[in-house]
Amino acid sequence: MAEATGGRPQAGEVLLRLTGISKNFGAVQALTDIELEVRAGEVVALVGDNGAGKSTLIKILAGVHPQSAGRIEFMGREVTIDNPAAALSMGIATVFQDLALCENLDVVANLFLGHEMNPWQLDEVAMEVRAWTLLQELAARIPSVREPVASLSGGQRQTVAIARSLLLDPKIIMLDEPTAALGVAQTAEVLNLIERVRDRGLGVIVISHNMEDVRAVADRIVVLRLGRNNGEFTAEASNEDLVAAITGATENAVSRRSARHAARHPASEASA
Amino acid sequence: MTMPDPAPTTLDRADSRLHHDDSLTGAVHAFVARMRTGDLGILPVAIGLVVITVVFTALNPVFVAPANLVNLLFDCATVGFIALGVVCVLMLGEIDLAIGSMSGLASAIVGVLWIQAGLPIGIAIIAAIAVGAVMGLVYALLLVHLGMPSFVSTLAGLLALLGMQLYILGSTGSINLPYASGFVHFGQLMVMPAWVAYILALVPGVAMLVTKLRVARRRRAAGLAAGSLTLLIIRVAITTVALVAAVWYLNLGRGVPWIFGLFVAAVVALDYALKRTKWGRSMFAIGGNREAARRAGINIRRITITAFMLCSSLAAVGGVLGAARLASASRQAGTGDVNLNAIAAAVIGGTSLFGGRGSAWSALLGILVIQAISNGLTLLNLSSSLRYMITGAVLAIAVIVDSLARASRQTHGRG
Ligand SMILES: Nc1ncnc2c1ncn2[C@@H]1O[C@H](COP(=O)(O)OP(=O)(O)OP(=O)(O)O)[C@@H](O)[C@H]1O
Ligand SMILES: [Mg+2]
Repeated sequence: MAEATGGRPQAGEVLLRLTGISKNFGAVQALTDIELEVRAGEVVALVGDNGAGKSTLIKILAGVHPQSAGRIEFMGREVTIDNPAAALSMGIATVFQDLALCENLDVVANLFLGHEMNPWQLDEVAMEVRAWTLLQELAARIPSVREPVASLSGGQRQTVAIARSLLLDPKIIMLDEPTAALGVAQTAEVLNLIERVRDRGLGVIVISHNMEDVRAVADRIVVLRLGRNNGEFTAEASNEDLVAAITGATENAVSRRSARHAARHPASEASA
Repeated sequence: MTMPDPAPTTLDRADSRLHHDDSLTGAVHAFVARMRTGDLGILPVAIGLVVITVVFTALNPVFVAPANLVNLLFDCATVGFIALGVVCVLMLGEIDLAIGSMSGLASAIVGVLWIQAGLPIGIAIIAAIAVGAVMGLVYALLLVHLGMPSFVSTLAGLLALLGMQLYILGSTGSINLPYASGFVHFGQLMVMPAWVAYILALVPGVAMLVTKLRVARRRRAAGLAAGSLTLLIIRVAITTVALVAAVWYLNLGRGVPWIFGLFVAAVVALDYALKRTKWGRSMFAIGGNREAARRAGINIRRITITAFMLCSSLAAVGGVLGAARLASASRQAGTGDVNLNAIAAAVIGGTSLFGGRGSAWSALLGILVIQAISNGLTLLNLSSSLRYMITGAVLAIAVIVDSLARASRQTHGRG
């Protein structure tokens, strides 16, 4: 049984350290005093209920919104990330929850958007080859990379967005619900991929509502609740503790539901 | 996995769901399927041109006479250049309503600096285009820094530039340019020698053949499918035959105007920039999904600034050529239907008003339609009141086609 603000599983260089990050959208205080640390070769899962501020935190790191207050240190130096290009050139790659793809462009164009090979005479052949290699690494089922992204399924689009984040050889990858729309095989492939990039020494931040996936890959689980840090766990943490941290109470909808379930099927709940 | 893939031949054709048929019927089927989903390309405008030609020829056979078609091409270049600029801003989902005034001001600048101030014509032209570039910069800065919608800033520009045109022309209101000058010759008389026109007619086919073959070789070397050789040869043959036939027919009249050649060269250059450079890719991306483009690290401000500067500069070029065409710089230059004709040309040619979709060729095709209508109605001795109404109706039809095609693309998942 692990407790809040648990130990550091991996001794790697600290890639990213956030202190006192706050963000308000007008009257809405989306984030308050967030602390977060990500080390090289570590997978940090960011969990929390809808509206907890997970995506907002990711967007601050991706340069989409500036923070209202707080410090961001990247590779030991304090940095300001004031636009997405700055984040990308520092080596922070992001898969956004809404994917941020251009529907009118084909898969290759989307993968290389902003970083095309050979700017004055686009090298379509080389880009297409690289696109296929990347997509095969992800076990993507995409019939053609020359179709506009608008014609792809939700999961195929998600794969394209993930492939794009790998393109620039980042130091940190942030994935905002990367497996939400994926099939069984593709989810497994993405989890494998997360482990592979971790083993290559990258830092990974992954947001997911699927506790099974989170436990499968995360070294640490950071809980946000109503825009604040609400505990840090290891993958071995019990479900009740996690759920309690996420929802903010030991007595909650999830525990009541599992209690009801246990009353009806006493055997199956013995170990949870 | 239950369904084994067929032996993957090339990297890009491994998926069993993908239809690929390199035969001629396959190409025709693919074309029909594209049309049905709203990916209309140049089909509506091609049909439009055929209909226009048939109707006007039936009403007055002079319409298709070589001499008339040569005149038509002389007329295309001025508004064509302006339409080319409009393509750039429409691609971003923006608009420039001051293009007409800009072209009028540019022609006035040429008249004043060249004739009244006695400067070399080259300097006068450069000054006119530079003023265009500055105006484009102003609209773009107002948009990216103050968030001022482009239709408002350019509407203000429309009035301000018109005022400036009237101001610098002064009380005379009109400056005549010397008929004997090379500048006016270029706008009114200069045609290509027959052999030059024939050689230029062969260039597109040869260029298409060479580049496509090179790409095909590279694709095969990289393990990608290379497309069919027969299809390529058919396309090259059709292009070449059509162009040579057109040149032959125009040479029955005065020949191919240089001014039109200049316009086509500009179209080709912009087409290359939009399709084959990072700048062009960014233009499509911003028009398609601005926020996604920003998150991909594209410098939206810089691209927006270049697009508006290009648009206003091309409008100035159109104005300069208009002065050469009319041999005068007057208060009327750039007024009336110039603005709408240029925007209509871009939209009729297939550049979407909604951004993210279009091509430089739409300026050429669209202006051919507009000028053909205007020329045909003039041959019928119809008054400009009727011409305006008919051109307005054609623009409305083009926008309706654009909107319907967009709706169809959305329901068919093609962006
Ligand atoms: N651009 C914005 N303008 C105003 N409020 C915003 C904006 N973006 C987020 N918020 C607010 O910030 C809070 C946190 O939102 P955020 O998207 O970060 O939640 P989340 O944890 O990612 O939730 P989910 O699990 O549903 O994706 C919400 O209350 C939301 O309404
Ligand atoms: Mg979210």
